[in-house]
Amino acid sequence: MRKVLLFLFTFHFSLFTYSQDMTALVMKVKAKLDLISDYEAEGRMKTDVAFIKAPIGKVRVYYKKPNQFRLKKDGGISLLPKGGVSVNMNTVFATTDFVSLASGEAVVDGIKTRVVKLLPTNETSDIVLTTMYIDEANLLVKKMVTTTRENGTYEIEMTYGKFARYALPDKVVFAFNTKDYKLPRGITLEFDDNEKQLTDAEKLKNKKGRVEIRYTNYLINKGVSDSVFN
Amino acid sequence: MWTLIQIELFKIFRRPRTYIAFAAITGLIGIIQFGLKLDGDSYVDFMMRDINSSITVEGKILNGYQVCYIVLQILLVHVPLLIALVAADMISGEANMGTLRMMLTRPISRTKFLLAKFMATVAYTLMLLVWLAILALFVNMLLFGTDDLFLLKSQYVVLLKKDDIFWRYLWAFGFAALAMTTVAALGFLFSLFAENSIGHIVATMSVIIFFTILSTLNIPVFNKIKPFLFTTHMIGWKEFFDIRVNDANEAIIGSIQNPQKILHSALVLVLHIAGFVTASIVIFRRKDILS
Repeated sequence: MRKVLLFLFTFHFSLFTYSQDMTALVMKVKAKLDLISDYEAEGRMKTDVAFIKAPIGKVRVYYKKPNQFRLKKDGGISLLPKGGVSVNMNTVFATTDFVSLASGEAVVDGIKTRVVKLLPTNETSDIVLTTMYIDEANLLVKKMVTTTRENGTYEIEMTYGKFARYALPDKVVFAFNTKDYKLPRGITLEFDDNEKQLTDAEKLKNKKGRVEIRYTNYLINKGVSDSVFN
Repeated sequence: MWTLIQIELFKIFRRPRTYIAFAAITGLIGIIQFGLKLDGDSYVDFMMRDINSSITVEGKILNGYQVCYIVLQILLVHVPLLIALVAADMISGEANMGTLRMMLTRPISRTKFLLAKFMATVAYTLMLLVWLAILALFVNMLLFGTDDLFLLKSQYVVLLKKDDIFWRYLWAFGFAALAMTTVAALGFLFSLFAENSIGHIVATMSVIIFFTILSTLNIPVFNKIKPFLFTTHMIGWKEFFDIRVNDANEAIIGSIQNPQKILHSALVLVLHIAGFVTASIVIFRRKDILS
């Protein structure tokens, strides 16, 4: 009995300390991100959704603490996932009330990462659960899977380069679920009968969309006007 | 020949009926512009309701290029009816007034006479299209500005960059000219058969409406005959607004998804025009002119 009690005590204690460690790790990453109060970035955005034919466009991204985020296309029309690409690290970390749980380890892009699950304690939060893949050595979030209340699940993969010291990625790939798109031909006035019949694999692929942004430059802590976010 | 065409054009533009088409196009486009200027956002919301479930579209969707596309989509189905007003009256109008027999006493061959009338009809059709282009494209560019063009197709959506649109409209209007000339040729052919113009105008309109409905119906039994109907190919101008994508699903700027389809449709329309005009000449040369 004593052995069982000892085991349970040790197990509980180890879980407790492990959980504490994860909070510490998350707080370290947050602290690194907190060094940035605002940024303006230039990039090129590619929208890869099966039912969208769009060219690559130049974009400008603005961020301001605590969680203001705006993506603007340099003129023209932009197509973004419902809910926006505004689900990013800064918006996730803007919430201070969360529980972090260790969920093992994984390799992302050839780098060993800690898998951490963040559960917001605020019941009204739009984010329900976030799983982060953290590169512990460099304090960088390599991958993030976020489930939201309104807009489903997003998967965000980040590749770092020259702005890694600010935890700002050079490339972000944003994967999301899409719904079927179809309009009656009577509305679009298309007369031909060459509708492509999709296989099950193609249908499944069509339900996933990707937005890729390659950042070319960041202007960090130079001040961003509030009017940009309106 | 040129003198004959000039005389025919003079006769066309002397008739009040000719200006009905110009007035109708001006009125219709004016109403669309007024409505979209006043409450365009509601129209865009309605248009985007399906796509908005998974994608957020940001930017100036309702710009001059978009309004022009909306106008063309609505009007290019109805402009044939306006063309029929003049084309189907070209020979029967003369017969009705009793001037056809007198004109054919002049030392001009019947073929030349008929071709001059047809060329004048084509000139009228082109003028109507130029007027449509001025109002639908240039006036809308002034009123609504220019931006990227976002188009909803039945199975996908297309986003065209601002700099990649104008040339497509020029080609689209060129193609529309071919489509409208086909209608003019049909109306012209019908105008040979009786002295009453109204009958021919109604007959031309009926054929266009009948064929358009057949082209629109997605019933397997009709799909077999659709490729042979000129109305199916008349909307080929839309193909200029479909863009090709590469293996990475990136749209290739300056490309057209299916140029062969446009060429095929253009060829079908040219064959129809040639067929209608040839049939008109053959019938007219053998016709006993009694009025």
